[in-house]
Amino acid sequence: MLQDKDRIFTNLYGFQDFGLKAAQARGNWDGTKALIEKGRDWIINEMKASGLRGRGGAGFPTGLKWSFMPKESDGRPSYLVVNADEGEPGTCKDREIMRNDPHTLIEGCLLASFAMNAHAGYIYIRGEFYHEASNLQRAIDEAYEAGLLGKNACGSGWDYDLYLHLGAGAYICGEETALIESLEGKKGQPRLKPPFPANAGLYGCPTTVNNVESIAVVPEILRRGGAWFTGFGRENNHGTKLFAISGHVEKPCTVEEAMSIPLRELIEKHCGGVRGGWDNLLAVIPGGSSVPLMTKDICDDVLMDFDALREVGSGLGTAAVIVMDKSTDIVYAIARLSEFYQHESCGQCTPCREGTGWMARIMARMVRGQATLDEIDLLWDVTKQVEGHTICALGDAAAWPIQGLIRHFRPEMERRIKEYRARIAA
Amino acid sequence: MSHLRRPAPRELQPVSFAFSPENMERAKKIIAKYPEGRQQSAVMPLLDLAQRQTEGNWVPTVAMDYIADMLEMPAIRVYEVATFYTMYNLAPVGKNFIQVCTTTPCWLRGSADVVDTCKKELGIGIGETTEDGQFTLIEVECLGACVNAPMMQINDDYYEDLTADSTKSILDALKKGEKPKAGPQIGRRGCEPIDGPKVLKAFCGCGAADQSADASEGEA
Repeated sequence: MLQDKDRIFTNLYGFQDFGLKAAQARGNWDGTKALIEKGRDWIINEMKASGLRGRGGAGFPTGLKWSFMPKESDGRPSYLVVNADEGEPGTCKDREIMRNDPHTLIEGCLLASFAMNAHAGYIYIRGEFYHEASNLQRAIDEAYEAGLLGKNACGSGWDYDLYLHLGAGAYICGEETALIESLEGKKGQPRLKPPFPANAGLYGCPTTVNNVESIAVVPEILRRGGAWFTGFGRENNHGTKLFAISGHVEKPCTVEEAMSIPLRELIEKHCGGVRGGWDNLLAVIPGGSSVPLMTKDICDDVLMDFDALREVGSGLGTAAVIVMDKSTDIVYAIARLSEFYQHESCGQCTPCREGTGWMARIMARMVRGQATLDEIDLLWDVTKQVEGHTICALGDAAAWPIQGLIRHFRPEMERRIKEYRARIAA
Repeated sequence: MSHLRRPAPRELQPVSFAFSPENMERAKKIIAKYPEGRQQSAVMPLLDLAQRQTEGNWVPTVAMDYIADMLEMPAIRVYEVATFYTMYNLAPVGKNFIQVCTTTPCWLRGSADVVDTCKKELGIGIGETTEDGQFTLIEVECLGACVNAPMMQINDDYYEDLTADSTKSILDALKKGEKPKAGPQIGRRGCEPIDGPKVLKAFCGCGAADQSADASEGEA
């Protein structure tokens, strides 16, 4: 189990003040100027060496992403945009960083922006996080007053401005190009790529969009060295990670653990186990609503990292673990997610706009069994018509939970249909 | 589709709108966050400001026009934004705007009980407002507090770790004009386990550093 000395978010639970003084006592803003003086290449190389993969869901190597930004400006400014539009069902980790440990994020923004030649950064936070935004803004104000942000930030000679921007309730704005559109004051509808944001992002300028957690771990990685971070987790899956465990566990919580921790250990050590015991486990969605569920036999020994979960046909996503015990109406649990995606589809691409509705309507009937057996195959076919046929990944995200259900719980779906038909016949 | 997602009928629409002097100051500060010529970026925060200023917590069409003028953008672009994002109410809502999350993680922990309690105690259905204008009830998608499920948002506050009983207590307090304490309703501070932090105890003032779950319980 990860030791406290290796935890980055030491005020995750908010028992201490989130303000600057307490944050500095916890080690934030320690030697920031010296880190900047080591130079841009050193920072990017250290990030690459750390093996950090993006914490927003896709798991793209962060250092590599930064290296796509232009080294010299062609006259356009560069921007860092932090994706704090946390809304993937099951996910509630960035919220804790922003309300309890905001200075980890703010210091990370300065370091990351310096490494990418950006003099300005925007943090796009979901509008519902009113109090989180309020804490974060107060922390930003404090950092300005202390000379940590603004002109000659930290005495480094680098001018840096950081702004907070509130969203207004649209899950799709968690998609990086939709987020950029939204930040420009438009509907949050994803852009076609290419061009990628590193070439033409916010206001047509080079932009990198990173998740809150990805940026907030940067200062500690740079202070302790990339090698420290690679000391946790398996090859290609390094570091510490915030896990949010919700659903049918005795004590739901968010906790920072080492990557590649076994799922069972995570649930039993930190959450008091599955409600009614491990054998009462039905299924787990390991990475937020967009990844396919896993049945108990997989959960028994699967490790919580990108590659292990991909190998079993699921994904780490945002590491939001949704646990379901045997009392769960599993078809409804997934049908409710289908409703979610129907609600959140931005309406731009036809397969998603229409397909999410189709899937939600068929799923609603599947809950009651009010369908025919061959409609399970039809439903599978609809998911395949949506998957891969849209500009952004929301279509895929809507399709995968249903595919996971059919793959693992087809007999349950068939049972409901047969029972319903028997009832009708009687 | 909720009636809050479409502009309110003409008879409810006020004929004029202008920011109050304080909000005008705020608006100027917001616009200054964005580069010269990119003032359209301020449309979302300004719509929020207009909603907060308007009696009934909503955005009248005339406020959208006002913001369009202020930001020098076509009114239709403001309408698009106002109708796209669910946090803008396009019709008036009650003084206590109750949004119950019913997405899967909350549903697993009993959000149906929370919804039922709200309906029963308030005597209204989803999307409805009480006759006295005190409460509007809607269901919403994931609000990002899943380890504190089930939860609901009332105006700007999250009420978490709810049960039917605690939901009723909150509603009772609001009916009396009191402001119930926001956050988890089962005696925890935030997202730590209900019986206290298992890690970071030294940082939470409840134990020594690195007093891990292993140390307190023995190797599992």
